[in-house]
Amino acid sequence: MKENDVILRTVTRVVVFIILTFGVELFLSGHHNPGGGFVGGLVLSSALVLLYVVFDIETVHQGVPFDFRKIAAFGAMLSLLSGTAAAVLGKPFLTQGFGYFDLPIFGLTELATVTIFEAGVALTVIGTVVTIILSISKDV
Amino acid sequence: MYAVFVIFLPFIMAALLPAMHRLIGDRLIGWYVMAVPLVLFATLVRLIPRIADGEVIDASYAWIPDAGIDLAVRVDGLGMIFALLITGVGTLVALYSIYYLSPRESLGHFYVYLLLFMGAMLGVVFSDNLMLLYTFWELTSISSFLLIAFWYHRKGSRYGAQKAMLITVMGGVSMLAGFLMLYFMTGTFSISEIIGMRDTLAGESMIIPAMFLILLGAFTKSVQFPFHIWLPDAMEAPTPVSAYLHSATMVKAGIYLVALFTPLFGGLEAWFWSLTIAGIVTLLWGAFNAMKQNDLKALLAYSTISQLGLIMSLLGFGSAALSADAAGNPTVYAAAGFAALFYLLNHSTFKGLLFMVIGIVDHEIGTRDIRRLGGLMSFMPVTFTFAVIGSFSMAGLPPFNGFLSKEMFFGAAVDIASGQPFAGGAEVLFPVVGWLASVFTFVYCTIIVYRTFLGPVQPEKIDRTPHEAPKGMLVAPGILAALVILIFFFPNVVGKYVIGPAMQVMFPVLSQEANLVPKIEAWHGVNLPLVMTFGVIALGLLLFITFRHWKRIYRVAPFRWTMDSIYRGVLQTGEAASTIVTDLYMTGRSRDYFAFIYLFFLVTVGGMLFLTGAFEPDFSRGPVGIFEISFVIIMAFAAIAMLFARSRITATLLNGVLGYSVAIFFVFFRAPDLALTQTVIETVTTVLFLLCFHFLPEWKPEDSPLRTKVVNGLIAIGAGTLVTAFGLTVQGYDVYASISSYFEDSYKLAGGSNIVNAILGDFRAFDTMLEVVVLFIAGIGVYTLIALKPKKGGDDVEGK
Repeated sequence: MKENDVILRTVTRVVVFIILTFGVELFLSGHHNPGGGFVGGLVLSSALVLLYVVFDIETVHQGVPFDFRKIAAFGAMLSLLSGTAAAVLGKPFLTQGFGYFDLPIFGLTELATVTIFEAGVALTVIGTVVTIILSISKDV
Repeated sequence: MYAVFVIFLPFIMAALLPAMHRLIGDRLIGWYVMAVPLVLFATLVRLIPRIADGEVIDASYAWIPDAGIDLAVRVDGLGMIFALLITGVGTLVALYSIYYLSPRESLGHFYVYLLLFMGAMLGVVFSDNLMLLYTFWELTSISSFLLIAFWYHRKGSRYGAQKAMLITVMGGVSMLAGFLMLYFMTGTFSISEIIGMRDTLAGESMIIPAMFLILLGAFTKSVQFPFHIWLPDAMEAPTPVSAYLHSATMVKAGIYLVALFTPLFGGLEAWFWSLTIAGIVTLLWGAFNAMKQNDLKALLAYSTISQLGLIMSLLGFGSAALSADAAGNPTVYAAAGFAALFYLLNHSTFKGLLFMVIGIVDHEIGTRDIRRLGGLMSFMPVTFTFAVIGSFSMAGLPPFNGFLSKEMFFGAAVDIASGQPFAGGAEVLFPVVGWLASVFTFVYCTIIVYRTFLGPVQPEKIDRTPHEAPKGMLVAPGILAALVILIFFFPNVVGKYVIGPAMQVMFPVLSQEANLVPKIEAWHGVNLPLVMTFGVIALGLLLFITFRHWKRIYRVAPFRWTMDSIYRGVLQTGEAASTIVTDLYMTGRSRDYFAFIYLFFLVTVGGMLFLTGAFEPDFSRGPVGIFEISFVIIMAFAAIAMLFARSRITATLLNGVLGYSVAIFFVFFRAPDLALTQTVIETVTTVLFLLCFHFLPEWKPEDSPLRTKVVNGLIAIGAGTLVTAFGLTVQGYDVYASISSYFEDSYKLAGGSNIVNAILGDFRAFDTMLEVVVLFIAGIGVYTLIALKPKKGGDDVEGK
C-alpha cells in the first residue's frame, strides 16, 4: 500500500529542525528553567522517531548513521563516570561543581559539571527510546 | 600506599589486558600477566623485615563514610603469609599456564579472570574493614565461578561452577549476617577495632550466633565437611586454576578468616569445639574418600579437603591458648596455631607441585585416570621426581617439609588429648583419628606415585606416546619442589620471619609474655610423634598392598549415601516446587497480572489505610476552580468512553486524552517540568503504541463470563477509589518536617535555580544515575528480546 504523504514529508523536513533545536534548548535551559537532560533527550528522540516514521529506516540511517545501542551505553557510562571525578578529588561520589567564568562572546557564564551528567542522561534516553522503537518496527 | 597499590594493581592490569592482548598477541600475553604477581611478590618480600619487627602498615580512605565503610587496608603478619602465597604461587601458576594453555583457548578471558581473582584475594587478606573484606570475598567466589566454567561448553564445568558458586555464596551471605551482628554490637566495621573490643564483646549474648554465622562462611569456603562437596566438581577447571585457587589460595580464605578472628573468638568453648570437630571430621572423611578416586585430580581434591580439615583443627587446638584458664601453659596450645600456619605454607608448596605434576601428565598423556596410566617413570623422569617429592612430603616423610608439619600436628593433637581447658572428652579421639587419616594419606600418596609412574605401561589404553613435558612447563613445579626440600632444611627461617609475625597477630595477648615461635627440629629424639610416623608408614604400606581386598568397603551403604545426593535433592526439589508455584500465577495473560498487582495493592495499602485508621480525607487545600472541574469531567468522560470503544485506535487516542489532561493538571499546579515531561512521554508512548499495532490480536468485545467481568470491575473500581483516598489522605498529614527549605537554597548550593533539576542532577544524583542505568538495561532488554530471539529451527541457547 503506497500512501501519498508528500505533505507530511515536506513538513517534517522543516519541523524536525525546530524540534531538534527545541530539544537542545530544553537541555541547556534545564539548569535554571524547565527542561533538563531527560526531557531534552526525549524531545530529541521524538524528532528522530518522527524521521523514522515519515521516511524509512534505511534512508534515515544514511543521514544519521549512529548505532543507538552504543549511544545508550555511552550515555549511561558518561553519567556513571562523571561522578567518579568527584570521588577522585576526595569528594563524595557524584558531587557536582559549578563556577562562573568570563568567556568571550558569552560574557559571564555559569559552567556546571552537572551538564556532563545530564548529557549522559539525555544520551541514554535518546539511545534507549530509538533502540526500542527501531527494534519493534524492524520486527514487523 | 603500598598496600592499596598491591590490591589494585591486578585490577588495573586486568582492565588494561584486552588492549595489551591486541598489542602483543597470544604468545606474550601470559608473560604480561606473570609480571603482575612477580612485581607484587618482590614488593612484599621487601616488606618482610619490617613486618617481622612487628610493624603494621595501614592506610584508610573514605569510601562510604556515612555507613562507616572505608577503604581500610592493613598489612600485618597474618595477611602477609597469605599474600606471599597468593603472589608467589600466582607467579608460578601464571608461568605454568603459559605452557599449559593452548593459544587456541580464549586466553584473554582466562587471564582477566585470573587477575581479578588475584586482586580480590589480596583484598581479602589485606582488608581492615568488614564490608570491604566481604566485597572481596564474594569477588573471589565470582572469579572462581568464571574460572571453573572456563570450558563452559562442558556440562561438568557448568555444573561444578554453579555448585561452587551456590555453596560459597551461601556461606558468604551468612558471613555477612555475622559481620552485621558484630557491627551492631560494636558500632564499627573496622576489624582491628572490633578485635580490640574483645573483653567487652565477650559478655554479649549475640556473640555466639555471630560466631557461627562467620564460621559458616569460613567452612563453606574452606571446604569443611559437609560443605566440601563443591571442591571435587570444581576440578573441571583448567589445572593451573585448580593448583592456584582450589588448593593454594582461595580455599584457604576460610582458614584466613578463622585465623583473623582467633583473637576475638579464641578462648570460647563453642569456637574450640566447632573448629576441632569440623576439622577432624573433614580430615578423616577427605582422606578416606581420596583413596577410592580413579581421577588423579579428584584424588588431589579430596586430599586438599582432608588437609584443610587438618589445618582447621590445628587452629582449633591453638585457640585454646586464649582461654581464660588455659591450664597454666598457653604456649603449648599456641604451638598448634604455629603448626597450622606452617602446614598451610607447606601444603601450598607440595599440593601446588602435585597439581602441576598431574597437569603435566594430563597434558602429555591425555588422561589422568589411574586405570589407564602406569609405568611413566622411564618416559618422564623429571616429572616422576617431582611427583615423588610432592607425594612423600604430603605423606609426611623426611627429608621434605611435610614431615615437619605432620609431626607438629601429631604433637599438638597429643597435647590437646592430654588436657584442654574446656569440658568435653572427645579430645582423646583427636590423635587417634588424626593418625588414622595420616595412614589414609600415606595410602593415597603411594597410589599417586605407584599407579601413575610405576608398574606396567598400558600403551593400548592411552592415545599418545608418553614423553617428557617441555622444559618451560617444568620450571614452576621445579621451583616448588626445591622449596619443599629447602623448607625442610631451613624451617626456622620461615618460622621466624614469616610465621612469627602472624602469631603475634593471632595471639596478641600472649605475644608480650612468651616467645610464640617454637624451634622446629627435624630430629627431636624418639618420641610419640615419631613413633606415630613409623606406624603410619607400616600400616599405610599394608593397606596399600591389600587395597584390592578391602576396597569393597566403599560400597557399604553409609559411604555411598553422600552429601552430594542431598545437594542434588535440595536443588531438584526446590526447582520443582518453584515451578509449581510459578505455574500457578504465570498464566501468560496480562489481564491476570494486572489483577494480581492491583489486588496486592488493594490488600496491603488499602488494608493498612483502614486498619490503622489513617484515612482522613482533607479537602481544605485550596479552592477547586472551574478549570480543574472541567478537566476532571473530560478525563472521566474519556475513561468511560474507552470501555465502549469499538476500535483500538479510538482507545489509544482516548488514553492519550487522559495523559495530556494530566499534563494540563501539572500546568494548573505550576509544575512546568512535570507538564513538559508528561507531554513528551505521552507523545512518544502513542507512537510506540501505533508501532505495536501490528503485533496485537484483533480487538474483540469482551466475551469472558459475567463473573470474571464483575470481579475485574470490582478490582478496577477498588484500585481507583483507593488511589483517590490515598491522595486525599496524604494531603492531610505532616508527619515529618518538610525538607523543601533545604532545596530552596539550590541556587547557592548547586548553582541552578531550577529546583527540580538541582534535585535530579545534584542533591539526589545517585538516584538519577541508577535510573539512567535501569533505563539503559530496559532498552537493551527489549532489544535482545526482539532482535536476538532464536530463529525457528535454530539452536537452543541452553544446548539441550
